[in-house]
Amino acid sequence: MSKQYDVIIIGGGHNGLACAGYLAKAGRKVMVLEAAAQLGGLGATREFAPDFCASVAHTLPQLTGRLVEDLELQRHGFSLAQESLATVAMSDSGAHITVANGELHGAPAGDTAAYPDYLQRMNKFAAAINSFWHKRPPMAGSGGLQDITTLGQFAWKLRALGKEDMREMMRMITLPARDLMDEHFDSELLKAALSWDANVGSKLAPRSPNNAVLPLLYRMSGDFGGELPLPAGGVGGLIDALAASASSKGAELRTGCAVTRVIVDGSQATGVELANGELFCAHTIVSNADPKTSFFKLLGAKHLETQFTHRINRLRTDGFVAKLHLGLDELPDFTGLATPGDRMILAPSMQAIENAYDYAKYGDFAEELPMEVVVPTVHDNSLAPRGKHVLSAQVQYAPYNLKGGWEAQRERFLDNALNTLERYAPGIRSQVVATELLTPVDLEQQFRVTGGHWHHAEFAIDNWWMNRPTYGASQYKTPVPGFYLCGAGAHPGGGIMGAAGANAARAILEEK
Amino acid sequence: MKNRYDAIVIGAGHNGLTNAAYLAKSGLDVLVVEKNDYIGGAAVSRELHEGWLYSNCSYVCSLLRQSIHRDLDLTRHGLMIVPYSGTTNFTRTGDYIAEYGDHAMQYREIKRHSLRDADAMHRYESDLMRYAKLIRHFLLRTPADPTSLKPRDLGEMIFMAKKFANMGEEQVYEFIRFMTMSAGDFLDEYFESDLVKTLYATSSIIGTALGVYSPGTAYVLLHHVMGDVDGAVGAWGLARGGMGAISNAIAGALQEHGGEIRTSAPVDKIIVRNNRATGVALDNGDEIYADIVVSNLDPKRTFTVIMDKNDIPADLHKKAENFKIRGSSGKVNIALTGMPDYPSLPQGHKLRNGSFQFLDSMERMERAYDCWKHGRWSDDPFIEMTQSSMWDPTLAAPGNYFVSCFIQYCPAEVEGGWTPEKRDAFGKTVIDQICNYSPNFRDLIAHMEVRTPFEIENEIGLTEGNIFQGELTIDQLMFNRPFPGYSQYRGPVKGMYMCGSGTHPGGGVSSACGANSAREILLDLKRPNIVPQDDVDE
Repeated sequence: MSKQYDVIIIGGGHNGLACAGYLAKAGRKVMVLEAAAQLGGLGATREFAPDFCASVAHTLPQLTGRLVEDLELQRHGFSLAQESLATVAMSDSGAHITVANGELHGAPAGDTAAYPDYLQRMNKFAAAINSFWHKRPPMAGSGGLQDITTLGQFAWKLRALGKEDMREMMRMITLPARDLMDEHFDSELLKAALSWDANVGSKLAPRSPNNAVLPLLYRMSGDFGGELPLPAGGVGGLIDALAASASSKGAELRTGCAVTRVIVDGSQATGVELANGELFCAHTIVSNADPKTSFFKLLGAKHLETQFTHRINRLRTDGFVAKLHLGLDELPDFTGLATPGDRMILAPSMQAIENAYDYAKYGDFAEELPMEVVVPTVHDNSLAPRGKHVLSAQVQYAPYNLKGGWEAQRERFLDNALNTLERYAPGIRSQVVATELLTPVDLEQQFRVTGGHWHHAEFAIDNWWMNRPTYGASQYKTPVPGFYLCGAGAHPGGGIMGAAGANAARAILEEK
Repeated sequence: MKNRYDAIVIGAGHNGLTNAAYLAKSGLDVLVVEKNDYIGGAAVSRELHEGWLYSNCSYVCSLLRQSIHRDLDLTRHGLMIVPYSGTTNFTRTGDYIAEYGDHAMQYREIKRHSLRDADAMHRYESDLMRYAKLIRHFLLRTPADPTSLKPRDLGEMIFMAKKFANMGEEQVYEFIRFMTMSAGDFLDEYFESDLVKTLYATSSIIGTALGVYSPGTAYVLLHHVMGDVDGAVGAWGLARGGMGAISNAIAGALQEHGGEIRTSAPVDKIIVRNNRATGVALDNGDEIYADIVVSNLDPKRTFTVIMDKNDIPADLHKKAENFKIRGSSGKVNIALTGMPDYPSLPQGHKLRNGSFQFLDSMERMERAYDCWKHGRWSDDPFIEMTQSSMWDPTLAAPGNYFVSCFIQYCPAEVEGGWTPEKRDAFGKTVIDQICNYSPNFRDLIAHMEVRTPFEIENEIGLTEGNIFQGELTIDQLMFNRPFPGYSQYRGPVKGMYMCGSGTHPGGGVSSACGANSAREILLDLKRPNIVPQDDVDE
């Protein structure tokens, strides 16, 4: 039994839903097929223990007003629990440094004075490249007028920075986070917190060159709410609104429908087959899955040319972040904080982050685990019963390929994480009533993302723009006509942004 | 003593000598001032132990631009570069893997360890060679200023774009990947055997404060295969008479063109009046005047030590302070009274003439870097041991051997500071490593010179003992080297220039920096250009 659609989207993560929303809005007949019982992928809010809910992604720094407006997300129920969280560089003695509204509190005088200039310059650089996250990557030689225009615009934006700033940007863009920090600031605690966003989610540490500044600028691409908005209902609140928006325009969203393969007729993608044998046809098949899953599991390497297969195979897809969810029966008491209502970075210095990374490089994990912690229930009652709380932590570094395997060592990792938390919030262990630890292997199994990698493939310059996921598939089209990518493995990358989905939708609409 | 010249070059390292030689050849009255009582900087041959000549800093040559070699007639001035080949990497299990110059032998050697990798070798070498040939076009050229709309800079960018376009679109994307990747990740894409990867990865960490898996080391690898000996791209050679022969030959050319060298003349300050350079003041108070002052010293030393803070723009001082010039290398130079035994290698095997390395896994190489990150020298160090005497009999009497050991990693600062005891402890770590593979090595040591970044800095003047005068990372390469806006060899005041490895194209004994800088000086003086540009391979 097969039914004809214009577009079938495999995977109902936020990019797939955004893609569906744009396509449905343009009048296309769209169906989204999600294998899991609920939509959202790594953005879904799940009940990890009775009455306790959390989403793997937990804040929305990259959300754009454009997406919210275009898909009428607020009308469909999306709201923020908090406009913006501050970032707190946590000291286990309580002498924290807070970064909020462009200012530092609790930092040494020199750093406090230096921060506004640093931030202004970073904002300027982020603004120069901002529009390019939302355009398809240009092909340098073979692209048409649109691509030449994009390249020209890029050169122009750089030039418009002014000579000095243009030079500084070209120098700075490949600096390791550590050097960028050392050039501007003195406080080790502050530098660790400010360097965090450069490396989190990647196989990078403060001393790693080339791939630190771009993620920092990428994270500054959001403009909805403040710097670090907290969604109401976890990121699942955004997912629900995206789903409602797409449905309202006629898109069909099905869960519990695992796609086993893309049907290729001749050399054209023409439909999909589900695990239960059902067949669906469409002119366009879009995959929200990561590139390796999309090309090897769904499409099949036999439909691809060898060199292309090699280029997908070589993608670095091992995740290095674990997600920890704790259900607490009361509000945790972080030393020196009235309430833990902001994003807390638990990393005493860049060296400490580097140490943790050094263990993971060799397939091990450190005792001291740096982490980013949010207690969303301070602002949002929907995630736990009143008076009880959820703690959501991104814990580094947890290598996908752990020597000895994760099964044997998850307890030890959890223990280390709790010990680290205990140092900053004495007594927190005794408050824990529920635990969920998602290692990269768990993320891979439960969310169907190769390697458990947030970005679907490393967010690095060698894997960026025209090279994302690889040239020949960087404009959402793939070598197989009718088969497209719309997930984090395409431009611009991961993070809850919806840009990949939106860009893919635009590419599809332009085709016909 | 004469105290007025047309141009003064500070530092008689090979780039300074090259710079001066071209200026002299053009007809200028040139003086090179050098703090040590010998010339050559880090390209020297020293008889530190009677009867042995040590290349006690740089030890092999590949990057010396052929066109400069011909142009300055260096052969006539005594320079002969002997290509050498054969690098053996010993394993802990008594086996080894070697790199041969001969392609077919290399294939068989890799096949011994992995058939798949032997086949991948062809692809790897051809890809790397493609990048090497591309980059060679740019070494003997002044980088474009990408922020400039001047015809010259636009022209240079078009030149670059054309060379890239010649590769084809796909290869441009591959090259961009390559330039930003780690050597480890790059090698992972070709090879399955850890041992094979290690063989190739060693070039990626030479002189570099990064690990094999740090992004950016693929470029460092390229930097070490982009030279040539007699046109064989990627080959390395030994200068007969030690590396000092290079400096001496260039000095010979300089002097033949009328240039002067004054040793034991350390410079205290570059004299700046009314925003122009007017000469130098030596440590002893003497002043020597010239309208052109060229610094061959590294950028940090140039702008924070020998120039007065008030004479340069404030932001330049800060840029110089931020300039990354981290020492990560050590050198142990050894006089041996006999040929040590290497049980892993069959007797009489020709590899016994070549170089030796001792780390058999990427993990060990990366862990060696971790030690540096923690402010210690590597307890399981990477050593490149070059048996110079096997190719150059002039270094020691028959039966005696000079062996040069280059080590990664050794930090510029250790806890409590470097002392002679700590230096010797470092030396012992190195010899211990060698003795793991050559049990009688220690017995044959007649003399040993151990140099940490501390010694290298104090004796030669390379800040923190960084052998490249600054890290070879993208933020400090090409139009960023040494700082954005200062990548065309001109300093912040009229008449002041830079010519050392801290400028494009970076470190290694290449003479290209000195030559490129001379080209700019002659341009500013409106004199005809006599400096070659763009080595042509094809």
